[in-house]
Amino acid sequence: MNDVLDVALRLLVVFVVFLTFPLIVGQTEHKVMAHMQGRLGPMYAGGFHGWAQLVADGVKFAQKEDVVPAGADRRIFQLAPAVALLPYLLVLLAIPIGPGEGAVGQVIDAGVFFVLAVMGVGVLGSLMAGWASANKFSLLGGLRTAAQLLAYELPMLLTAASVAMAAGTVSLVGILDAFEWWWVPWQITGALVFFIAGLAELQRPPFDMPVADSEIIFGAYTEYTGLRFALFLLAEYAGIVVLCGLTTVLFLGGWHGPWGADGLGWVWTLLKAAVLAFVVIWLRVTYPRLREDQLQKFSWTLLVPLSLAQIALTGIVKVVISQP
Amino acid sequence: MTLAAAAATAAHATTTTAAETHGFLSPTGVEIAFLLVGLVTLGAAVVTVTTRQLVHAALWLVVALGGLAVEYLLLTAEFIAWVQVLIYVGSVVVLLLFGLMLTRAPIGRSPDADSGNRWVALGVAVTAAAALVWVVVDAFRTTWIDLDGAPAGSTEVTGASLFQHWVLPFEALSVLLLAALVGAIVLSRKAKAERAAATAPTPGTPGPGPTRRETEGTR
Repeated sequence: MNDVLDVALRLLVVFVVFLTFPLIVGQTEHKVMAHMQGRLGPMYAGGFHGWAQLVADGVKFAQKEDVVPAGADRRIFQLAPAVALLPYLLVLLAIPIGPGEGAVGQVIDAGVFFVLAVMGVGVLGSLMAGWASANKFSLLGGLRTAAQLLAYELPMLLTAASVAMAAGTVSLVGILDAFEWWWVPWQITGALVFFIAGLAELQRPPFDMPVADSEIIFGAYTEYTGLRFALFLLAEYAGIVVLCGLTTVLFLGGWHGPWGADGLGWVWTLLKAAVLAFVVIWLRVTYPRLREDQLQKFSWTLLVPLSLAQIALTGIVKVVISQP
Repeated sequence: MTLAAAAATAAHATTTTAAETHGFLSPTGVEIAFLLVGLVTLGAAVVTVTTRQLVHAALWLVVALGGLAVEYLLLTAEFIAWVQVLIYVGSVVVLLLFGLMLTRAPIGRSPDADSGNRWVALGVAVTAAAALVWVVVDAFRTTWIDLDGAPAGSTEVTGASLFQHWVLPFEALSVLLLAALVGAIVLSRKAKAERAAATAPTPGTPGPGPTRRETEGTR
């Protein structure tokens, strides 16, 4: 009975994190973007600095009519938001936030493979939405999504493999156990490539060509309204949480910190992930959108060679330090 | 289709042979789940090849491949299961959908999405399935694999056996894949070069124009 309670509690915690953290990132984005652009952002909802703005947005989305275009493929159109959102919930289960087995939803032996595999599935949601909407803009958005995924999945995998080589394990918990501080400079190229490729996979600016609003309205999500549209937005922000958490765990040492790693490890994880989330927002405000051919060129001619170089470096250092 | 059928029937075959000595058929939860997932996988695979809606076929393929991954998980081959999801669901199906959307992906039925070879294809599929089942049954017969003991499908065990006992087939396969990759590049470049040679003599074409488009196409 105790086991059942334990599992239920873990699932509940992960679910609550899944529901709240994306909203916190979203609210931070409102405020940070506003201040970077010399505005105040939402100020009224909820009273204090508009903290309840996203709650109000959620209520608004729930009230809207759920429209399915006449020419659309109904079932796939309606299924797509769930396919886009659920993988991120599953990935959150596997991300450890503190030392020991108590601070992770579920210890998974092949954790790195699990998170990358399941994250890749989420893109199917965008593809399904793009195709099933029966809209030219949506189809173009879906095509761009697919092309982007194919280009950026490879550097992401290669850099994750580099960390797995360094740690000698593919378990996320095991990688954190093996972490030393000098891994950060050692794997810094891989970290940058992983983070950038992750941004591209989430279609965040400057890699938001698939949803480029000034030319294809909103890409694959053009025809969506109400709650289903909100689910797609939620998937994007859940993706930011997952990407920042993963980068923290793989490259920045997760719960390791200068002090207090035993009791306050989870604070370090959250702090590092929060800084990364801030960087994600910062990039959105400061960088112009990359053109489609620039996107592809960037991945194939820069990120892939860099990640291969990182793997070579990891291998060399690994062989050198394992010599007696 | 073949793989799914093989997986489903292989499940049947191994359970019955093992049952003679070990009473394997006393249905535990895992075995029931295995059979049910196998049925779903088989059903999804059949729908994949029979549906007239092209994109639906690709999406049913996701269900079939995902079902196979679940079967691997139930057999405690965790690493293989995640690699299955990563490669097939995450990449192959995305590539397939990309190709469909880039060429033609009508919503609704495509009446012409049929092939006169369907009976030949069925024959090949059944033969391949029979061969696979026969190989599996003949190879394992009543071999007893204890799933409760040390994990036989964990990453560590899989990696050790792959790079110790099976390193030669592994390398041979990687060379084969590399050859296929190089071959694909050579073929696509050759077709492009021929087209470029055919269009080159046209007067009035600005010099850098076609070459630029060409390099973009190769990426």
